[in-house]
Amino acid sequence: MSASFSIDGKSVAFAEGQTIIQAALAGGVYVPHLCYHPEFKPHGSCKLCTVMVDGRQIASCTTLAREGMVVESDTAALNDERRTLIEMLFVEGNHFCPSCEKSGDCKLQATAYELGMMSAHFDHFFPRRPVDASHPDVLLDFNRCILCSLCVRASRDFDGKNAFALCGRGIHTHLIVNAKSGRLADTDVTLQDKAVQVCPVGVMLRKDKGFAVPIGKRVYDLKPVSAYAEAAAAPQKE
Amino acid sequence: MSQHLETAAHPASLRRVAIDTVSRVEGHGKVTILLDERNEVQQVRLHIVEFRGFERFIQGRPYWEVPVMVQRLCGICPVSHHLASSKALDQVVGAKRLSPTAEKIRRLMHYGQILQSHALHFFYLCSPDLLFGFDSEVSRRNIVGVAAAHPQIARRGVLLRKFGQEVIRVTAGKRVHGTGSIPGGVNKAVTQEERELLLHDIYQIVGWSRDAVQLIKELHGQNPALYNNFGICRSNTMSLVGARGELDFYHGSLRARDANGGILFDGVDYADYLQHIQEEVKPWSYMKFPFLTAFGKRNGWYKVGPLARVQNCDQIPTPLAEAERREFVEYCGGLPTHAPLAYHWARMIEMLHAAETIKDLLHDEDIAGGELVRTGERQTEGIGVIEAPRGTLIHHYRVDEDDLVTMCNLIVSTTHNNQAMNVAIRQVAKRYLDGCEITEGLLNHIEVAIRCFDPCLSCATHALGQMPLAAELIDAEGRLVHGLARNGDGAIACAAD
Repeated sequence: MSASFSIDGKSVAFAEGQTIIQAALAGGVYVPHLCYHPEFKPHGSCKLCTVMVDGRQIASCTTLAREGMVVESDTAALNDERRTLIEMLFVEGNHFCPSCEKSGDCKLQATAYELGMMSAHFDHFFPRRPVDASHPDVLLDFNRCILCSLCVRASRDFDGKNAFALCGRGIHTHLIVNAKSGRLADTDVTLQDKAVQVCPVGVMLRKDKGFAVPIGKRVYDLKPVSAYAEAAAAPQKE
Repeated sequence: MSQHLETAAHPASLRRVAIDTVSRVEGHGKVTILLDERNEVQQVRLHIVEFRGFERFIQGRPYWEVPVMVQRLCGICPVSHHLASSKALDQVVGAKRLSPTAEKIRRLMHYGQILQSHALHFFYLCSPDLLFGFDSEVSRRNIVGVAAAHPQIARRGVLLRKFGQEVIRVTAGKRVHGTGSIPGGVNKAVTQEERELLLHDIYQIVGWSRDAVQLIKELHGQNPALYNNFGICRSNTMSLVGARGELDFYHGSLRARDANGGILFDGVDYADYLQHIQEEVKPWSYMKFPFLTAFGKRNGWYKVGPLARVQNCDQIPTPLAEAERREFVEYCGGLPTHAPLAYHWARMIEMLHAAETIKDLLHDEDIAGGELVRTGERQTEGIGVIEAPRGTLIHHYRVDEDDLVTMCNLIVSTTHNNQAMNVAIRQVAKRYLDGCEITEGLLNHIEVAIRCFDPCLSCATHALGQMPLAAELIDAEGRLVHGLARNGDGAIACAAD
């Protein structure tokens, strides 16, 4: 008999070494997340996957599942906090969904819908951030970066190129291109790189192909992000 | 042509009446009227008080984002901006000619837009004035009042608009601000289910559009003296016409006529628009004043939109609308009419043409699928022109080698009509307000004249950093205490201390 724990009253089986979110998603239980990706080491930075265990809040992407653990995730209190985190991400960057080609395919937008975000709530920072269009095939729009570090991890751990990094501290943290010039054109990044494919928002974009998928056929037009729980455990299906 | 009543000789001594904001138009504008001690009109101006910035903030964005972003200029005619920018960017991606499927789907989208916008304007915004009278009871002078007194007219207006919105949804993905048109083509074909949905209603829509033409003809017939003379503003006219001189909202070359209908230019490639059109900036409005270069600021201003188009073309390529155009031309005695209220008649003829064209396109197999996008040799510049519901719409972009927009110039339909609207309200003010005690009903006459042009004021004020602005602090005695002025080059100077 395999080990299991309960999440929101549902029993979920897990294998030795699995984190709570890995087991939950594989078991069809959606836990909101942005920086988590099953193919890369957890980063624990977005905090959306925070759950309650034994009266304490913990990041489910960095906590191993234990036999008999009682996990609360889909609660009003946790979802309120998650919504607030999402709202803060929206005001910290420049997320103009109406003209963003990632709209409908964007995990940040889909998660905001999932959590019932109705407005940004806080004052917008409107930061001045650049667009790097130097690469022939890939456009980098830093306005939409949520610092999930997925591109950093994918480029370093999967592509073996180490083309991206997070630079600065605290509120000044930002994504940079790991080249002397700072330009994407001066790296060996290609359109096929995992780092380009894995971006959950609209930072890494394939040039010349924006809006090619019609409204109604985009990933989150078809079903909400929560319905992709099992696919999120096997991302090639997402 | 008339500059009369634009600027009073001694404005400080005059009484000011403001219509702020002008109601039942899209966007925000106001009218100021300066009256002397005998209530005689000395100055009338239509001011546009909105401020947008699309020409500037599109700079630095990737070109393929532009058709989706710039359509946010407007919630009424976004399809026009969506398509004009797409046409410009077709050139940038080297698509010299679209596939039949792509062009027909874009046309379907655009004619759906014309239909819904014209229905919105005529039934929602203007029919209260025309059905009840310009100075009728203000509380019922709205679409709710029309629904109570003329339920069938109101219902048809709502359903005509709804149908146009459905055509847009089917082709663009959403009723407002869709994404269907992309550089080089479109991103979807029309499914059989969508086609059947629209075909189910289209014959009814054509019939109702025909009835709408009859309605406006009846209104003209009831009071020809008013309809033929109210706010009359003689001017040049300009529009696109098709290769055979026919009415075409989607594509063609530029044709301009003088006030008597004589051709000023014809067959002009719209890519050469800068050689033929210039814009004047006046310090009291955010909206520019375009004019035909060859005829100068004073004589070169012109009208665009339905009245210009229906009189500028040689024919309308659908039978019912063409019959109505002929009757309209005959009614006008073969010479162009410059009566603003005739815009409504021309607009309803266009709505009928849009309905007939939608019907024909829905029966065309090309919309069901095929090649959606074409590309070719990349270019660095593109100009797209389209006939939007309110008139000629010009989008012009330059794109750098990294695919980012470096320059954007938009001349929108309402802007072309700026001088014509100002002249029309001056005529109306002089005729109806001069020497009278000002009442709400009289002021509504001014608004009626503006509404004829169906202005979209939010579209028309997109310039940023180019408009000369002045801020003045004036004391109780009218003396200038302090002032700052920004010149056309962006430099800020102290006007007084």
